Amino acid sequence: MNSSLSKEKIMLLKEKASEARKLIIETVHHAGAGHIGGPMSAIDILTNLYFHEMNIDPDDPRSEERDRFVLSKGHSAIGLYAVLALRGYLPVEELQTFDSLNSRLQAHPDMNTLPGLDMSTGSLGQGISAAVGIALGAKLQGKGYRTYCMIGDGESQEGQVWEAADIASKYELDNLVGILDFNKLQQFGWSGEEKSRKSPIHDPKDRWESFGWHVIEIDGHNQEEIEIAFNEAREVKTKPIMIIANTVKGKGVSFMENQYLWHSRIPTDDELNQAKKELEMGAL
Amino acid sequence: MKSVVPQKNVSMRDVFGDTLLKFSLESSRVYAIDGDLANSTKLDTVANGNPKKFLQMGIAEQNMMSVAAGLATTGLQPWACTFAAFLSKRAIDQIQVQIAQPKLDVKMIGAYSGLLTGVTGKTHQSLEDIAIFRSLANMVVLAPADAIEMKQMMEFAHKYEGPVYIRIARDPYPVIVDCKYQFEFGKAATLKDGKDVTIISTGTQTSRSLVAAEQLEAEGISVAVVHMPTIKPLDTDAIIKAAECTGVIVTAEEHSIYGGLGSAVAEVLVEECPVPMLRVGVKDVNSESANNDDLLEKYGLSEGHIVKAVKKALKKKQN
Repeated sequence: MNSSLSKEKIMLLKEKASEARKLIIETVHHAGAGHIGGPMSAIDILTNLYFHEMNIDPDDPRSEERDRFVLSKGHSAIGLYAVLALRGYLPVEELQTFDSLNSRLQAHPDMNTLPGLDMSTGSLGQGISAAVGIALGAKLQGKGYRTYCMIGDGESQEGQVWEAADIASKYELDNLVGILDFNKLQQFGWSGEEKSRKSPIHDPKDRWESFGWHVIEIDGHNQEEIEIAFNEAREVKTKPIMIIANTVKGKGVSFMENQYLWHSRIPTDDELNQAKKELEMGAL
Repeated sequence: MKSVVPQKNVSMRDVFGDTLLKFSLESSRVYAIDGDLANSTKLDTVANGNPKKFLQMGIAEQNMMSVAAGLATTGLQPWACTFAAFLSKRAIDQIQVQIAQPKLDVKMIGAYSGLLTGVTGKTHQSLEDIAIFRSLANMVVLAPADAIEMKQMMEFAHKYEGPVYIRIARDPYPVIVDCKYQFEFGKAATLKDGKDVTIISTGTQTSRSLVAAEQLEAEGISVAVVHMPTIKPLDTDAIIKAAECTGVIVTAEEHSIYGGLGSAVAEVLVEECPVPMLRVGVKDVNSESANNDDLLEKYGLSEGHIVKAVKKALKKKQN
């Protein structure tokens, strides 16, 4: 399958993803709290979902026919907020309220505060089950919308993920598309010694296939590959789909990439400026 | 209200199954969600009578409750049922984060609650569920006294938009409410008047409290029985009124003495109207598997234990 994305569209998606990366780092710097590594690895996929793949309307965020998205790795909320802001769900300036009192932008997504969030998440392993419920609800009511759900590789250590995997397969939820943000790092990991760090989860492809899912493996930073995967997913019948997106934690900023410490480190003023410079260079 | 205990025994779980089947046939929104216990909890009434409205989630309670949350966001009204022990402990994080916090319209039925769970022992008994559910913001917590009240509570829960937990018993219980009784959300029901002492009870302990009250009357002690079907939100006015009228309170519940109805009543009394009180409930021990009468006796829940508690409480009042 070839990508049907035009050059202009690819350019737009790359620009938006780069802007979102800047917003993530600026917001975490401003708030003095939040996560960076995970949102940065997820951002190209989130950008594709909200600027290309999903049937959504920022002016009608609760439309019954809209496609749904559940951020099961809820601690990457700032990544989602940045994309939602760029897409017009909220003013970009509102990102400054992230993690402060009375903000709609909670540390983890709260569906009751911000229209556009389809599920509350934060405690890992739960979002994928809720997405199963949403996709099942669509099937039961004969609705055509699709449900997308992003999970983390660290999150995949939660047993509930595999409970959800089993039930999605049992109910043949071909309207459910999971995306594994496979960045190979988690908050701390199996060993404190960086050299001996191991991936949070092994053989995700075999695992998801053995649970009866249709698995597609891609480079999660390549917009064409992302688009081809979503197109392939739409052709699958009677099976839920898991897109294993190979990603880089901290993607886009040299000193953050593949560094587990940037899971939730707060950048200094110098680091913020350096990161913005790199992202501006990369976007050209 | 009747002051005598009729002999007719009806099972809450039978009524639960029948009523949910009726809802599922009448409302396109209602679905039954099972964790592979349908033939124990009587959710199988829906599986047999309206199979399209029955969803089997297998033995995986955490996923089951999160799926229920997802279903609710699409406009459906899931009724999830499993043993109270598993619902309240195994899936409580899912219930808090994805059902209670977003206030989703999910109904949770804790079957086999309390001590009498059909000789299954401490792993399957549920003596903490009231304490756990009561501590969650947005949660409604209900415990019916009998099968008639169970049906009325379900009718309320079906209309109410938001999370509701109902704890129900495994075994048949006497029908103690009369034909005029109507469950009122958030309201206590005075089932028997009395002037010396008030027993405030909930769930299955209400019928035992009525038996205890009859025995005490025979000994010349005038006992009021106030049934508390809604544990959250609590009818604080009824508690204050009972304290003012009789000056001493005994609580009775098939639950731990920690965090349940007794604790809830004590919280009101110490802040609003301090009077002597005693709690009838399971003490700080683990239970075991045995027949019902032996369990009630050993773990302090029998009518005889309520009688003793009332007499002890009266002494506190007199001192």
